[in-house]
Parts: sequence; C-alpha cells; structure tokens
Amino acid sequence: MRFAVLRFPGSNCDQDCLRTLRDSFGEKAESVWHKDTSLRGFDTIIVPGGFSYGDYLRCGAIARYSPVMRAVAEEAARGTPVLGICNGFQILCEAGLLPGALVRNRGLHFICRQVHLLLENDTSLFTRAGHTGQVLRIPVAHGEGCYFADEATLRRLEDGNRVAFRYCDAHGEVTAENNPNGSLRNIAGILNESGNVLGMMPHPERACEERLGSTDGRIVFESLLGSALAATR
Amino acid sequence: MKEPAITPEIIARHGITPEEYQRIRGILGRDPNFTELGIFSVMWSEHCSYKNSRPELKKFPVTGERILVKAGEENAGVLDVGDGWAVAFKIESHNHPSAIEPFQGAATGVGGIIRDIFTMGARPVFLLDSLRFGPVDKNAPGAAANRHLLSGVVSGIAHYGNCIGVPTVGGETWFDETYSGNPLVNVFCLGVLRHDQIARGAAKGVGNPVFYVGAETGRDGLAGAAFASRELTEESKEDRPAVQVGDPFREKLLLEACLELLASGCVAGIQDMGAAGLTCSTCETASRGGNGIDVDLDSVPKREEGMTPYEILLSESQERMLVIVNKGQEGNVREIFEKWDLPYAQIGRVTDDGIMRIRAGDRVVAEIPASSLTDQAPVYHREAAPWIAPAPLDIANVPVADNSEALLRLLSHPTLASKRWIWDQYDHMVRNGAVVGPGSDAAVFLERECGKLLAASVDGNGLITSLDPREGGRRCVAEAARNLACSGAVPLGATDNLNFGNPHKPEIFRQLRDAVEGLAEACRVFGTPVTGGNVSLYNENPSGPIDPTPVIAMVGLVEDEAHVTRQSFRGQGDDIWLLGERAAGLDGSQFLLIVHGRKEGRPPQTDLAAEVALHSALRDAIRAGLVRSAHDCAEGGIAVALAESCISGPALVGAEVGLPDDGGRDDESLFHEAPGRILVSSAPEHRAALEKHFAGRGIPARHLGTTGGDALVIRLRGTDYHWPLGRLHRAWDKSLGILMDTVAEPLAAH
Repeated sequence: MRFAVLRFPGSNCDQDCLRTLRDSFGEKAESVWHKDTSLRGFDTIIVPGGFSYGDYLRCGAIARYSPVMRAVAEEAARGTPVLGICNGFQILCEAGLLPGALVRNRGLHFICRQVHLLLENDTSLFTRAGHTGQVLRIPVAHGEGCYFADEATLRRLEDGNRVAFRYCDAHGEVTAENNPNGSLRNIAGILNESGNVLGMMPHPERACEERLGSTDGRIVFESLLGSALAATR
Repeated sequence: MKEPAITPEIIARHGITPEEYQRIRGILGRDPNFTELGIFSVMWSEHCSYKNSRPELKKFPVTGERILVKAGEENAGVLDVGDGWAVAFKIESHNHPSAIEPFQGAATGVGGIIRDIFTMGARPVFLLDSLRFGPVDKNAPGAAANRHLLSGVVSGIAHYGNCIGVPTVGGETWFDETYSGNPLVNVFCLGVLRHDQIARGAAKGVGNPVFYVGAETGRDGLAGAAFASRELTEESKEDRPAVQVGDPFREKLLLEACLELLASGCVAGIQDMGAAGLTCSTCETASRGGNGIDVDLDSVPKREEGMTPYEILLSESQERMLVIVNKGQEGNVREIFEKWDLPYAQIGRVTDDGIMRIRAGDRVVAEIPASSLTDQAPVYHREAAPWIAPAPLDIANVPVADNSEALLRLLSHPTLASKRWIWDQYDHMVRNGAVVGPGSDAAVFLERECGKLLAASVDGNGLITSLDPREGGRRCVAEAARNLACSGAVPLGATDNLNFGNPHKPEIFRQLRDAVEGLAEACRVFGTPVTGGNVSLYNENPSGPIDPTPVIAMVGLVEDEAHVTRQSFRGQGDDIWLLGERAAGLDGSQFLLIVHGRKEGRPPQTDLAAEVALHSALRDAIRAGLVRSAHDCAEGGIAVALAESCISGPALVGAEVGLPDDGGRDDESLFHEAPGRILVSSAPEHRAALEKHFAGRGIPARHLGTTGGDALVIRLRGTDYHWPLGRLHRAWDKSLGILMDTVAEPLAAH
C-alpha cells in the first residue's frame, strides 16, 4: 500500500507517521510537500499532526489554503481514504472535509497524556480491525482539541454512525471526568458522510509499539491495510 | 542620525568600568564611538565573556576519549556515542527574562538552546528543564506572583517546545522562598548528528560571502546580554523591551532550512544570533576563524524603519543565523531559503585583516579587532570570603513531629509532589522516542535515526549548596550519575548551569568557587567531562541573593533496551532492597525545611568513590537481569523514595518493609538524606544471586521487605507506620494541580 504523508511548514508528526508506517507495518510511505498539487497514485493520505504555520491564526486555518489541499479534496471525493491526526483533523475541519471545529481545550492548557477511547463504529475503513465497544489507549497532545459543532451537526454525526471514537474511562464509560478537553459528547474522532475521511485528535502513530506504552493505535493502520486487501479481492 | 557623545554617565550606563574603558581606548588607540561602546558593553558582559567566572570554569575536566568538540570551542560540546554517531548538548538559563515576562522569557530560552544545538549541525531531539520558583502554596508570601511566574514559564516552554516539535522528556522543579521574584529557568537540549556533520562557527575562507538568514531584525531584546548581567531591581520591569518575543514556527522553518543547507555542503561556518545578536555572531566567527569580517548593515533584513547601527547590532531578535558560505555556492542559500519562505541576505564577506568592520552603506560605523571582543575580554579574579563550616544540627532541638503526617506533607509539597501538572503541558511524546518519559529517575530516549538509547537527568540542590557549596556541587553530579545508573545507563558527559548571585560580593564568589570545585571534582571521578554550559550571575531580588544553585545535566547511554529500568515497583511479591551505607541526621534535609521550616545543619558528605562503585555494581546487576526497579533515595529520604516507588507507576503497588534501628530517632531513619543510597526491587527467585552480586562488589545491600498489599507499611523500632496507597497517591499526584488550577488568578496585566 502506498501512503502519502503531507508536510506543511510546521508539521511535526510527519516523520513519526512515515517511520511508523515503514518500520511497524513495512509499508511504502512518502512525504508530500504542501506546495505539491497532485496526490494521484496514493492509496491513503495522512494529514499529520504539528503546528502548521505555527497555528497562530486558528489551527489549520492557513494550511487549508496550501496547494496540496485541493488535491486532498479531489482524492477524498474519489473515495481515497484520508486520515487527519490532531492538527490534521483541525485542517480537515477548516477545509470543510469534516464538519465542526476544534477549539481551545476546556482547561486552557496544552494536554499530553494517554487517554482511553471507546471505539463506536467497527465498520469504517479506519476501524474495522477493532470491534464496537472496544476500549483503546492512545495518547493525545494538543492545546485545541475540544470538538465543537451545532446541535444539528452532532445529531447527524450520531444518527449516521459517524462518531468513530469517544473519550471514556478504562472500562468504556463515557464520562465528563474522562473528557480531557471538553469536547461535545466526548467526541475524539469523526467520519465524513461517505466514510472515507477520518479526523481524530489522539495520535495512533504514537501507540504502535509496546515500548511506547500501547499498541492500540495499530488498529487504525491495520484497518486501512485490511481495507486495501479487501478492495483488491 | 547623530550618535550621543561618550560621557562618564553613558559609559557607566553600559556597565563598563573606568578601567575597562581605558582598556578599550588602548585596544582602539582612540575613544570608541557610541556604537562601538555598545558592542564592547555586550561582548564584555558576564553573559558573553564569563569575565567573573572564567578562571573558575577552567577547573572543569573537559577532555575525554569521547569528546569531539570541547567546551568553549563552539556553541555546544559534541560527544561520540558510537557507530559514527554523536550527540551535541548544552544547558542554558533564561532567568532574568523569565522574571520580567515569564511566558516569552522561557519560550525564547527554549528557542535559544535549540538554536545552539542545530548550529552544530545536529538535529535537536529532546529537551529537559530545571526550574526554581518561590512558594506557590495558598498562604505563602508572594504566592500569587510565584504562581503567575510558574504558570507563565511552563506555558512558555510548552508553547515553544511543542510547536517546534522537540519533546520535553524530563526535568526537575523546586520551590523555595529564595527564588521568589527571581525564578530559575534552565533548559537543556540534546541533538544527534553524524561525526562528519559537525558544523563550525568559524569565518573560514577569505572572500567567502556572509549571509544573514532567518527572521528580520527588530528593536526587541535590545542588549539582553547586558541586562542578564545585572541584579533585578524594582525598576527591572521597565527593562521589558530587553525581553524578546519568540516565534517557534519561524525557528522550525529555520531549523529545517539550516539542516538542509548544511547537508548541501556549501557552509564554511555557521553561528546562531543569540545573546548580543549580530555583534556576537560576527566577531566570534571572525575571531574563531582567525580572520576579519566586513558587514553592511544596510543589507540586513529589518522589521522596522529607521533603526540605528547601534540598535541593529545589539538587537536580540530571535530566530536568526549567520552563515558563511563557500564562494560560488550562494545559489544553495537562495534555493533552500526560498523553499522555506525565509528571509536571507548577503550582508558581507570574510576578510584577512582580523577586523570586525561594520558599515552602514558607505559609512564605517564600527571598526574593532575581532579577537579583542572575545579573547581579550577582561578577566577578574574576584575576592572570596573565608569558608566557615556550618554548625551541625543539634537533633535534640528538633521537636518530634507526627511522622505519619510528615510523609503526607512531604509528598504533597510542590518540590516533592508529582510534576504531572507541568509535564502534561509538554508534548513529551513527539518523535516517538520517550521510552522513559517524565517522572522517573532519568529520561531514556530512543533516537530512531541512530538507534541509540540516550539517557539524561538534570539535577541541582540549592538547599545543600547554600549550606555547603562544595558538597552541593558534588551532590548534584553524584545524583545525576545515580539517576542514570538507576535507569540502566552509563554516563558519558555533562553540561552545567551555574546560577548564583552577584559575584562582586565575596560571600557569593566563595559559593561560586567552592561549588565549581565540587562539581569539577565529581565530574572527574565519574569520568564525565563538562562539554560546556552557562553561567547566570546576579540572581538577586530586592530581598537578597538566591541560594547558590548549580545545576548539572548528565547524558548517558543505555547499551540494550532490556536494561532500561524505572523507579516504580512492578508487581506484588518482589523483594525490596536498600543499597548503600546507612547514615543518620536531618541536616539540610527537605524534612527539616518543609516540616520544621529550618535550613540548617552540616549536610552529609558524598563519598564519590563509593558512589562510583555503587553505580557500577547496580548497572551490572541490571545487565544480569536481577533488577526489576531502581530508585535514587534523594529528597525526603527513604520514606519518600519508598512511597514514590509505590505510587509513580502505571498501577499502585504496596510495600511492607522494616527499617533497621540506627540508634537514632524515627524521623532520622525515615527522612534523612545521605547520598549514595538506592532502592531496588527484584524477583524473589533472584534473592541469592542479588545478595551474592552486591556482597562480591563490597556494596551493602539490605533486604528491607516485600512489595504487595494496598498500603505502604514501614516497621521501625516497634512502630508500624501505615499509609493506604490511595492517600499517598492523592497527596502526591494532585497537589500541584490543585494549587495551580483551583487557586489560579487571572494573569497580571501587562
């Protein structure tokens, strides 16, 4: 499988994504510069974490105007899987590929820690290697990860089974206490309407090795790889 | 624009003494103009010249078989870590700027030390920080201001480090009234490079073009180096323009662009513009290259109109570098800096006359022999007051406290409590290398490019140093080395940050001299050369000098991932051992300070030879697979160390131990802080092997008890002290966060 990992000025997690895909999964992964205009030939596009353009305006608000984002929109429309992680999720929201917005954490601090996620939809391209109700440990690291959307959007997301992950406790209980950033309805990751774009604040690429404390992030990449296998069959 | 005439007042305002002024006249053969006076004032400040500390710094061991770039040669020292790979690392302070404007002061401190590392051609891979603040407890005097400083400094470090993508993987933070109004903010950065990638800060090759790359020059941070070399006063707030504003995004671009430029092979020399900005980078590169440099200020990219030569030269605008490029390869600069959308300009060339010549168009505004600013800076041998050993503590005068309650008080005191409130704000996971992150004895980082497991610990103890500076120096080196040993690492080298008061005071200078001698002695014994560091003097506030606070960051290597060891107990039924000699007394302990409010006594002395033997025996036990956890017994003594091993892991693990009757009081047995002791746990089937191993090495190893249960139980002289794990954990884990988030007040108006 051929992965594109986008690189904006200020991307930080692009190298971690490339290395994880290559070393932990043995896949082909290439860095794509934000000024490039085509993403043809890639099987999956990853919009990685970091601080694109310093995030001095709203997070992701400038990156969405990078030339490569037009190609991302085209590929997303063609059904290519697009995974936005952290700043990547913010960029996808700014670009209108996902609904809602990520705003400043409730506690106003940047938060970096392991959190528990409840997997809510095991039929998507990104989660099918897991099972609904499964509790995953995957870290977050963000200052603006509080998911916000209007009531109608939230209802559409929930009715359409488009909430991929919610923050929860170790037993899968979705509680206010285990919501690290104040996200509405504890939302940690959402899908677009056609199910081929996922945005998530937690970093699955930081949870693929035992030595880093968790391997639960593998489910996201294994799902993508399994999807590719299914598609070729 | 007409420059001010040179008057005795102007000279004094530049911090230049009448003797130094005569020295300048001697060098130039004439009176300096205003711009030249400014140049001398920043280059001869303590911050740039180390004029008060240089004779002391010479006492450090600086050589060793792993040294590739020695202390003082370049922006940071470089050590061999094997297989053609090397590490560049250094610690630096930003104390004064952080006292005035904590967020930007700390942020630009991070930016500065990261630049020092990539200037060497290394990719920065992780940060540590060592912080000191005044008390933040609810009722402490000045607590609101101290909380404002803590909150600002932590968010400043987070802002810069997180944005640039360099993880902060460890550190230490202490709270004491001595730091009220004069916080210490020391940041360490380590980078990785191949031996053949080492870059030099020398202006080599006469005729080579000199480039300015990075952010435009503005009026911010004018003469910050001179500002850092003064005491803080009530009026210091008016110095706020001397604090710079950081732009981590720009620095991220600059970092990537500079590493690309270096990889392209076109660079003859490179130097960051930190303290004293354009002035320092031009004269230092010229002086190191044995050449001169000719620069035209009209070509310098500027942010503001109408800047005078004085302002351009002394500005400390951030995120700028000076690059000397091999003639004919100028195109590389254009191509790479345009790719990264960064300003760049050719501003001059390397000359052969040894003169730093600054022009503004056709006009020469300064003309100074480059080496006179660096190598010929004045050196002062300050007067030291005589050493009077502190009186030993008379334990009979220390009332007996409730020891059960005392452990909870110690664990919830901000100095000893979990620093999770701080490190949760740092992205310590980016780069996917923090195998052991914040909150254990040393951080262990897997640097994936070179496949090395790098360990690092930063340590200082202002309390011990204030009582006995020489012991304070030895103590922090031994503690850093012990922390590395507990993590399974072999120490390789160290970098120091000397935080002291005004060295013109004989009492302060004695502290500096003795602490440096203690540091140097210990570094020699551990075989860890000092690869460079930083001196921060004049750390005083209106109520007096800070406790002398030397800080050591030590770097080590873990040979095999199987050797990585953490401080927390791993499960039920393991044996618990105490390695090292027994000792007694509460002199200079955190218990005496926190519970009894007393800073006194004669601290127990570190036995360096015994430490070396202890560390090496522990490492061998780890290599032999005999050790499940290892934790340094430091602040708070064995009781705090036991509690931390119980409550700092992913799951709480109880312990039941008996402490021997040392003939003293219970509080001495529980809380005394003799160095050279390590708490170890091991699987029960290894009991005989472990006993034999340490006996064979001549290391006292006492079996204290077993892990398990839901409490920490310590049996001592017939008393059973019993602490439920939940209580210990609550006291330790939440206290700093509760102090900071529930009593936090809005940031003071700027």
